[in-house]
Amino acid sequence: MSILINKDTKVLVQGITGRDGSFHTGKMVAYGTNIVAGVSPGKAGQEVHNVPVFNTVENAVKATGATVSVIFIPAPLAADAILEAAEGGIKLVVCISEGVPTLDMIKATAYLKKKGVQLIGANCPGLITPGESMIGILPGNIFKKGNVGLMSRSGTLTYLMVSLLTDNNIGQSTCVGIGGDPVAGLYYQELLEMFENDPDTEAIVLIGEIGGDAEERAAQYIKEHVTKPVVAFIAGQTAPPGKRMGHAGAIISSGSGTAEEKIAAFEAVGVPVARLPVEIPNLVKAALEKRLTKSK
Amino acid sequence: MKIHEYQARQIFRNYGIPVPEDKLCYTIAEVEQAAKELNRMVVVKAQVLVGGRGKAGGVKLAKTVTDAVAAGQKILGMDIKGYTVEKVLVADAVEIHKEFYVGLTIDRNTKSVLFMASAEGGVEIEEVAKTNPEAIHKIPIDPTLGMTDFIARKIAFKLFTDMAQVKQAADIFKKMYQIFIETDASIVEINPLATSDGGKIYALDGKMNFDDNALFRQAEIAAMNEPDEDEKKELKAKESGLSYIRLDGNIGCMVNGAGLAMATMDVVKHFGGSPANFLDIGGSSSPQKVVDAMNLLMSDKNVKVIMINIFGGITRCDDVAKGLVIALEQLKTDIPIVIRLSGTNAEEGLRIIADQNLPIVGSLSEAAQEAIKMVKNLAS
Repeated sequence: MSILINKDTKVLVQGITGRDGSFHTGKMVAYGTNIVAGVSPGKAGQEVHNVPVFNTVENAVKATGATVSVIFIPAPLAADAILEAAEGGIKLVVCISEGVPTLDMIKATAYLKKKGVQLIGANCPGLITPGESMIGILPGNIFKKGNVGLMSRSGTLTYLMVSLLTDNNIGQSTCVGIGGDPVAGLYYQELLEMFENDPDTEAIVLIGEIGGDAEERAAQYIKEHVTKPVVAFIAGQTAPPGKRMGHAGAIISSGSGTAEEKIAAFEAVGVPVARLPVEIPNLVKAALEKRLTKSK
Repeated sequence: MKIHEYQARQIFRNYGIPVPEDKLCYTIAEVEQAAKELNRMVVVKAQVLVGGRGKAGGVKLAKTVTDAVAAGQKILGMDIKGYTVEKVLVADAVEIHKEFYVGLTIDRNTKSVLFMASAEGGVEIEEVAKTNPEAIHKIPIDPTLGMTDFIARKIAFKLFTDMAQVKQAADIFKKMYQIFIETDASIVEINPLATSDGGKIYALDGKMNFDDNALFRQAEIAAMNEPDEDEKKELKAKESGLSYIRLDGNIGCMVNGAGLAMATMDVVKHFGGSPANFLDIGGSSSPQKVVDAMNLLMSDKNVKVIMINIFGGITRCDDVAKGLVIALEQLKTDIPIVIRLSGTNAEEGLRIIADQNLPIVGSLSEAAQEAIKMVKNLAS
């Protein structure tokens, strides 16, 4: 078991004939992801890495039964691609594109909510259920099958954390990169709920960063609803206020959204927070041991 | 992207929001001329892209032309939180009866544009938010509806009782929302919105920020950008596909990914070092990007040591290594470099830079400690 995706998940790639789309389709196919279709207007009938290409999402879904779409479309057109996926019958949209205008995302998320379609991203590295399915741009070789669920606002920081876990023989159930934009799809709360209900997840790693109050809200949710152990890390402990740290969402504005506030919120509800990335594996080990002794 | 108050006031005017008359001045002579032309009580306001101008003494009332000139002399050239005041706005100081706060921003939680309104205007709204959060009405605007008449009226009724003022306010609120959507703003704020003689409502100040991701379709807005020296550097970096923010330390950091770059700064600080910058070279690196990044780091005279931390995903370590070799050849620098490469094609990358005699470390913590040691060695 896992959350959101597994080896049977049928995946469609929007923008499959583009440079990034075709390159990462190759990587996903090589990982074993069940890529069933690609979409690229005007390119129907072609194949990319032996994957058939369709003109529209609707046609691709009808022909292949794809339920998840991953988007490699330039940012100005990405929100429209999200809408096309939702309208075309896709159930989970993963948007990799970076730099999508916020107002476009507000429109898109409102439509998806109405349709009951889930979204991950935009500006995210995707998600993986190790050994089964990788959707996005994650380096598959660093992941290892196991029982730790992970969610993160940052891509490369996820890779660092995962490789630290894997090096310490701690495998992962599913890892989700939720993206660094101010308005995004699935967030901590929804994923915490999924991991809490996933029988194969025993502990959860939450990697946050400065900006907004999503981490504070997650802490409150953990206190009220999550029984599995959660450990956290917050990037940007030394970031100065008023400077946007790369991610559109990562900015400390008028004294709120700081790492200190987020760390305090987690520690107040019993979630240990690593000050250095390298501390994460030991915190996870301790959490797993505690849970194991409790269940005995 | 941020714009100045005088620019925001002009946008408000273009959309028909009542704003008192004003003139932008760069010199004392211009201030004098403006005060004479307005020929009544004026307010002289520093135009800098930072909050808290009033508290810093950057806003002064002037009853006479002589007062206005005196205010201009004090404010022009003044330093406000590190920004030098190069221009002031001389504005008609209308009679103020009561002040309100109204603002639109992005709400991450409801994934919508949020309208905020408070009868506690004129002061720093952040203070009100902390001490008296109930005094701020927050209304998420449904993106499928937009700011309809009834929503604008509903908000106006929270602040005003006089029907003529409710109508004026509702009209202003609708226009603010229209501005927000049409300019791809991230903040549209009027503080204070004030009632004046005859019950007329004015925007006495204006603050607007914009979504950088949408500037490609907002040519007029993009043209209003007036970056300072540091921001010019950041913009230039952006053109090379780099995300750069200058800080005041001495360890130049080159990292791929925003989260990892922040964490790298944190680790450097944790071990007692001081990062000179945030620099994210982004995904899908080309060797040229690394050359540009090295140039950028070297252009900061405070940089004593360079620390490179790459976790290859889309970014390939061999690309980074190739770029580094080219950069070192071109730059012929004495600045010591410590490097950590892992992830995609790390082994190949390490082979490429093997001849460079660079200290190569295995972990982020080691890299930070090594860089700090190098800084200390240079000092001694």
